[in-house]
Amino acid sequence: MALDPAIGPDAGSGVVIGSDQGSGGAWEGGRHAPAVGPWRLAMRRMRRNRVALAFLGLFILIVVVCVLAPVYSHDIAQIGPNQNNITGQVKVGGQEKDVVAVDGTPIGPTFTSHYFLGADTNGRDLAVRLLYGGRTSLLIGGVATVIIIVLGTLFGLLSGYLRGVADGILRPLMELIWSFPPVILGVVVGTALALGGLGPIKGNSVFIPAFIIGVIYSPYLGKPIRGEILRLREQDFVDAARAQGMGPMRIMFTEVLPNAASTIIVFIPLMLAQALLLEAYLSFLGAGVQAPNASWGTLIADGLNYIETTPTFCLIPGIMLVLTVLSVNVFGDGLRDALDPRAQVRIKT
Amino acid sequence: MARFAVRRALSALALLFATSVVVFGAFEVIPSYNPAQAIAGRNATPTTVAEVSRKFGFDKPVYTQYVNTMKLVFTGKVIDYQDDLNVVDQFRKRFPVTLSLVLPAGILWFGMAVVLGSVSAMRAGRLTDRVVMVAAIVGVSIPVVLLAALLLYFFAYKLTWFPNTGYHGLSNPVQWAYHLILPWIALAVLNIGFYSRVLRSGLLDMANQDFVRTARAKGLSRGQVFRRHMLRNSLMPIITMFGLDFATAIGGAALITEAVFNLPGIGQYEASSIGNLDVPPILVGAILTAFFVVLFGALIDILYGLLDPRIRLTG
Repeated sequence: MALDPAIGPDAGSGVVIGSDQGSGGAWEGGRHAPAVGPWRLAMRRMRRNRVALAFLGLFILIVVVCVLAPVYSHDIAQIGPNQNNITGQVKVGGQEKDVVAVDGTPIGPTFTSHYFLGADTNGRDLAVRLLYGGRTSLLIGGVATVIIIVLGTLFGLLSGYLRGVADGILRPLMELIWSFPPVILGVVVGTALALGGLGPIKGNSVFIPAFIIGVIYSPYLGKPIRGEILRLREQDFVDAARAQGMGPMRIMFTEVLPNAASTIIVFIPLMLAQALLLEAYLSFLGAGVQAPNASWGTLIADGLNYIETTPTFCLIPGIMLVLTVLSVNVFGDGLRDALDPRAQVRIKT
Repeated sequence: MARFAVRRALSALALLFATSVVVFGAFEVIPSYNPAQAIAGRNATPTTVAEVSRKFGFDKPVYTQYVNTMKLVFTGKVIDYQDDLNVVDQFRKRFPVTLSLVLPAGILWFGMAVVLGSVSAMRAGRLTDRVVMVAAIVGVSIPVVLLAALLLYFFAYKLTWFPNTGYHGLSNPVQWAYHLILPWIALAVLNIGFYSRVLRSGLLDMANQDFVRTARAKGLSRGQVFRRHMLRNSLMPIITMFGLDFATAIGGAALITEAVFNLPGIGQYEASSIGNLDVPPILVGAILTAFFVVLFGALIDILYGLLDPRIRLTG
């Protein structure tokens, strides 16, 4: 009578796995039954979710393609992302055509190596800019997500475990950021920092929007983590650790934090999706990525001016952004189902 | 009730104060920020700039400037730096436009979310549920900018079913609605996606609760249990979300929709002010938003008490 390895307590519920091992026949023969930890169970649930894995694959594909932007720019299109080419010509089907016509109309998609998706009004190669823009957007989203995770976890951990003074300072701070609409807060701070820079970081650096997005969304992780920590700190294993003489810092990081890990992991894709969207909004309003750098947000904003004549300018970067956010969201849903089927998550733009 | 009101008023004051300090302070850290130059104009001589600076008090210490500006805000005399217009008048003039956009859109997104979330939960696992949930996840993945652009391209330029941009006064309700249908949809879709997902998961959690089984056992029909017990309890999270989202949207957070569709609302005013580093409109907008957030937060808490008599107002 061996234990069915697929049956076990749910991950993330804080239940100690193997508490019922002594009663079963798993010990027969003097060998341990293959113990199935909560992480492995989550992995199994994840592997069964084909849709989520397919979208994870799509996301990885988009990332790889965007990371390879310099290769495309250098070897195929042979033009840089910010390189103007107003007077140049390009060969399409044996004919030389102006990249930017005399009346200022840029060339449409050629589907050849040069100007695959056409040019913008400065004669810049849109396909190259699309890939570089993707790099920028993904970099900002990634850095912002790291900031959200680090800050949000610290906020939640300190204010939830230490309570008292730390909670008294951090909680109102989180409430203040939380009750402010992210777009307006981001635009105000973004406009200010884009001009003035931030310490050693220059105003037009892509790390400025990443930093802003990270700080703005950190309470969206910090508040749920705080709740989770408040619940965990009352559990017996924390008392046991304290009785062993551990200090508060060590208990926080080696005892409490690992137990909150599944909650934090569930938030990673959700925050990444939100960060990518907020980047697009900030860039659209001129408070995100600064010219001449491109991001999907700035490309959409630029393309909006030509929506009547050349909708592809706006729609292609838009579709890339939607596919990326969608793949992150679908994978995130799968991850949540796998790690914590009963999680309550609140994310808002 | 009195205790509730007092505590809420105090926290409102704290939030308004913090908001105004953050907004005011954010611009003071900009090295190149020089409002006197902006008012005097591009070709002004240094003497004129200095004169303007003295007249508006930009040469005073920051805290004095802050106190003076706040005084002007609350006496309704504050003017913007860009066009010398009275900011409060501008907000008064533009507020009906924003309300025309946000109020129907809010009703649309809340109503649609309740319908779609309920249908999805009632049919959990079936085709209807799958279709709705796929639509919802696509909905939360589309940036408002792009959705607005798509709507404009297909319905205004290609099919010409709707006018492209602009606003018509409420004096002609048909034209008013005709011009606002696309913006309403653009603003509502993202929230319909979010709310219906939250409502569905809340309802599914509710289905396993003891009181639901008891209600069925005592003879209520499925529909009655759903309406009186499950829906009533699951509405709370999305009502909370609605309070915050609606408050920030009428405070100007719908600025992207207003910008794309060229609606002269307060969001558009705020967006253009931000680009020009024009502090007073941004300050007034932020204070207005904070006020609405607190106001709707309190209203939502009162509504909680009506939905669930166990909840007492404690502030």
